[in-house]
Amino acid sequence: MLRGVLGKTFRLVGYTIQYGCIAHCAFEYVGGVVMCSGPSMEPTIQNSDIVFAENLSRHFYGIQRGDIVIAKSPSDPKSNICKRVIGLEGDKILTNSPSDFFKSHSYVPTGHVWLEGDNLQNSTDSRYYGPIPYGLIRGRIFFKIWPLSDFGFLRDSPNGHRFSDD
Amino acid sequence: MAQSQGWVRRYAKAFFKGFFVAVPVAVTFLDRVACVARVEGASMQPSLNPGGSQSSDVVLLNHWKMRNFEVQRGDIVSLVTIGHKNRYVKVPRGHIWVEGDHHGHSFDSNSFGPVSHVVAC
Repeated sequence: MLRGVLGKTFRLVGYTIQYGCIAHCAFEYVGGVVMCSGPSMEPTIQNSDIVFAENLSRHFYGIQRGDIVIAKSPSDPKSNICKRVIGLEGDKILTNSPSDFFKSHSYVPTGHVWLEGDNLQNSTDSRYYGPIPYGLIRGRIFFKIWPLSDFGFLRDSPNGHRFSDD
Repeated sequence: MAQSQGWVRRYAKAFFKGFFVAVPVAVTFLDRVACVARVEGASMQPSLNPGGSQSSDVVLLNHWKMRNFEVQRGDIVSLVTIGHKNRYVKVPRGHIWVEGDHHGHSFDSNSFGPVSHVVAC
């Protein structure tokens, strides 16, 4: 009787560890479903939309200009941010807001990316905390699942003029 | 003949079953608990690689201690990088400053600036 209970408990613990490890590998290396909150990516991603993120392109260094990525927040490592990649390393970046009269530029340093939200008026991004190390990027968002009316691949940036000219 | 085929099939089944258990568990362990790494370069002399280029130290990276992003001054950390002098800089919130013990022979925060402590592991 006791042996049976013990055996069952061990089997349960074993299966829990096994499936937990499989889930960890899937979320870490393949991708997963993420819920986005906050206004910074409107109108591409509204508050509390559910999207699909893949982590493979980060491991193969396949992040391109214009991709929407999930990254660890540089000021708080426990939270994630969702922004669009505006510049890769070596790119020339417009650092001023559209209302500014004078244009100011800076260059993205080696191993960094420049992230901006699509909602330029209401977004805390690289214009505020500077370029972000590539190692902070967790994954790339490419498919929207919820709401169903907007099901499908994500739209291009409404702020195309902010990309570098080349 | 039929018996040997059954044996092969049973062996393959057991192999794949063990494979699907062992690989995720091992990867998760290496990601979350600890992994082994080799140190290259002279930047951490004399703490690591005291023998110069002849020897390269093997170290254990403790990922478990980094799960809450608690870094102390004096810790030696390893971090992801893909590749400012004699001036004072302010380390921003959520960032750490890393330096090799061997001044002038180290690719560290002196060349790439403060790093966010999320990339440390």
